[in-house]
Amino acid sequence: MNPYLITIDKIFKRYPDVVANNNVSFNIRKGKIHALLGENGAGKSTIVKILYGLVTPDSGSILLNNLVIKFKTPSEARANGIGMVFQHFSLFESLTISENLILGLEEKISFKKLKEKAIEISKKYDLLLDLDSPISNLSAGEKQSVEIVRALLQEPKVLIMDEPTSVLTPIESEVLFKNLKKLTDEGKTILYITHKLDEVIKNCDEVTIMRNGNVITTCSAEGETKETLAIKMLGYRVNSPITDYNSINEEVLFQAIHLSKSFNDPFLTDLKNISFNVRQGEIFGIAGVAGNGQKELMELLTGENIANIQGKIIFENEEITKLSTKNRRKLSIGFVPEDRLGHSAVPELSLSENILLSQFLGNDFSKMGILDFKKIDLYTKDVIKKFNVKTPSEKVFAKNLSGGNLQKFVIGREVNSKPKLLIIFQPTWGVDTGAESFIRQSLIKLSKEGSSLIVISQDLDELIEITHHISVISNGILSKPLETKNLDIKKLGMMMGGSID
Amino acid sequence: MISIVPRGSSSQLMFILAPIFAIFLTLFCGAIIFAFMGYNPFEALKIFFISPISNAYGLSELLVKATPLALIAVGLSFCFKNNIYNIGAEGQLTMGAIFGGGIGILFHDVNSFLILPMMIIAGGIGGALWASIPALLKIKFNTNEILTSLMLAYIALLILDYLVVGPWRDPDGFNFPKTRSFGESGRMPILFDGLRVHFGLIITLILLALSWFVYSKTMFGYQLKVSGYSPKAARFAGFNKNFLIFSAFAISGAFAGIAGIGEVSGPIGLLYRDISPNYGFTAIIVCFLGRLHPLGIIFASLIIALTYLGAEDAQLFLQIPASVGFVFQGLVLFFLLGTDLLVNFKLRLNTLNG
Repeated sequence: MNPYLITIDKIFKRYPDVVANNNVSFNIRKGKIHALLGENGAGKSTIVKILYGLVTPDSGSILLNNLVIKFKTPSEARANGIGMVFQHFSLFESLTISENLILGLEEKISFKKLKEKAIEISKKYDLLLDLDSPISNLSAGEKQSVEIVRALLQEPKVLIMDEPTSVLTPIESEVLFKNLKKLTDEGKTILYITHKLDEVIKNCDEVTIMRNGNVITTCSAEGETKETLAIKMLGYRVNSPITDYNSINEEVLFQAIHLSKSFNDPFLTDLKNISFNVRQGEIFGIAGVAGNGQKELMELLTGENIANIQGKIIFENEEITKLSTKNRRKLSIGFVPEDRLGHSAVPELSLSENILLSQFLGNDFSKMGILDFKKIDLYTKDVIKKFNVKTPSEKVFAKNLSGGNLQKFVIGREVNSKPKLLIIFQPTWGVDTGAESFIRQSLIKLSKEGSSLIVISQDLDELIEITHHISVISNGILSKPLETKNLDIKKLGMMMGGSID
Repeated sequence: MISIVPRGSSSQLMFILAPIFAIFLTLFCGAIIFAFMGYNPFEALKIFFISPISNAYGLSELLVKATPLALIAVGLSFCFKNNIYNIGAEGQLTMGAIFGGGIGILFHDVNSFLILPMMIIAGGIGGALWASIPALLKIKFNTNEILTSLMLAYIALLILDYLVVGPWRDPDGFNFPKTRSFGESGRMPILFDGLRVHFGLIITLILLALSWFVYSKTMFGYQLKVSGYSPKAARFAGFNKNFLIFSAFAISGAFAGIAGIGEVSGPIGLLYRDISPNYGFTAIIVCFLGRLHPLGIIFASLIIALTYLGAEDAQLFLQIPASVGFVFQGLVLFFLLGTDLLVNFKLRLNTLNG
């Protein structure tokens, strides 16, 4: 007999351009918090999606209580006692909490009974929720509580949590871990997906580390340190940042002065008095937990939403606050928004056609409005080659490229035009590790060639790796910049939690 | 049981096949309708779809009907590609006929080769002006162009009504609601002796080719395409959204206006109430059946034109009301919307135990 609650045995899953799980095997003990640790793209999500019935593996098997399970749908998984809380909330914003809870339930239950049950659960775990309040009034932490209550209503034996703290402040995270502990004390098992090392050390019992679709090891979290985990996770020893400050010229290229904007929209964050300077050759990072005004700030910087701005944006000593996106681009400012599909690229168009989206200074792609496809194709091929974009040809639709390849293409399109300033939002969001390091290197290279960059990212490691200065945005307020080489991680964490003076 | 499952990526083959499926389903469904009405379905379909084009006259009539349909449809594709729903082409056609026809009436007794070009240009301007009203309303007040363009179509028809019973009525016309005839110089040249197919066909073909060029080779066409696929990407690229809305409306209006003047200076020769058998509305079907592509629109316009001719023949030989033509047009659109599902989804046969 096998003593484990869940045994994952040689699970293999291949996607068109990547092996996501290469014979993944590990065991999960009952009543433990089991961490699944790995970088973005390591294959963590794939394995839990297989466990939860969202993805079918190519081969391999999963045992639950010594029985082979093959869930075709999440509802089958839930019926067998596996619950999941996703990283991205799946809640109806305009409905109340109790309405959302009842929608998620398979069994028929009266509102009254549901409320009783929900109140019982929320009291037990100190998840104080006003069941009649609409979701749109809730903070990210409260929304997560709703998701957890929803999962617990089904009385799962195993609860999968997908990077739950990515949207939480440190204090909210503390509460979460207390509850997870309570759940395991009751005999429930938690599979905890994360890429944060300290969470594993502080809160988890066991840890399985994945890299590039392979399991590196499964071990007890006790006795591990951040360094040992990082080495196993990244495959190399993490060094303190080696940011090179020599490329920075004292000349200030870009200034944001007291930028404010109110949106009057519960789904958007108002920007409050944001000021920062970017010098020539500098990479300026803006860190922060998602949803604290990054998107809103990005639209101001790109010129996509310039109505009712207070304050000024100065570029090369000229005010550009009211300039349109097109005119900003004419001044040699490049942009890469977060969303590849439908924002920085049109999925239904070929790569060549996508090149035209961003018309940089001095190109000759069209004469008198008539397109010169020869020149466009030539430039496209150049970007594909220089930025190592894996694609059969430049005529392939953008939607057929993997996330990492399309991101390399989109960034290559901007970088190849050698902009004086590149403003980039989440440069390596959802890309594989290979593309990630390639993109970061090309951004560093661009700055060494004299360009300035503004990088807005939720990925702290990324900002530490490439930037010279980091400011934190929290609730629409931007902190004073910190020098990356002398970064005080504790202070940074506190600021991300909202204590910006 | 049959279940519908997503394909993952849209099928190019189905994109082309879906309209063809739709046409066959329409024929099949039409046959059933005829059978229920007590006719031999094969005989009826033959009268409807084959006999109208079995001689030179019939073919010429087919082209006469297809000419305005194709021209309006290709104009509309500028709007639809940009996700703008101009459904008031009937009004723009009417305004084109009024503007161009006005010049025809003014110079009815003048002989000059300049008159026809002037009429055509005025027709285009009239249509474009009428289409620019919903465009400006959308740009300035964010009104829904579906409503405004449709309502303006009825206003245009009433203006025409007013003109032909009022100020522009033929003084020698025994109070019939029509204007006087245009002079010889105000008529589209006939392409073949004895047949009604006219120079409007050539104009249509030229504008179709020009539209193809604009779509595929120019920055303007590219901008329309991007803003249709993804408004966010168009904003990122910095395209001027308002300019695109306005120009798409203006182009489609101008094309509809030219189609209108083509009708009145071609087969009709004067202005009266019923200058168009709903060409402006039917062209919407033509446009989608032709997949917003000039080549597809040519084929689609011929098929839909055939439903007009077939309806006339059915009335003549089977005593079925001519509105049966509209039934067929409706069926085509209905089945097209249905079969369009196959572009992004496939049907899967489930076994019982599966």
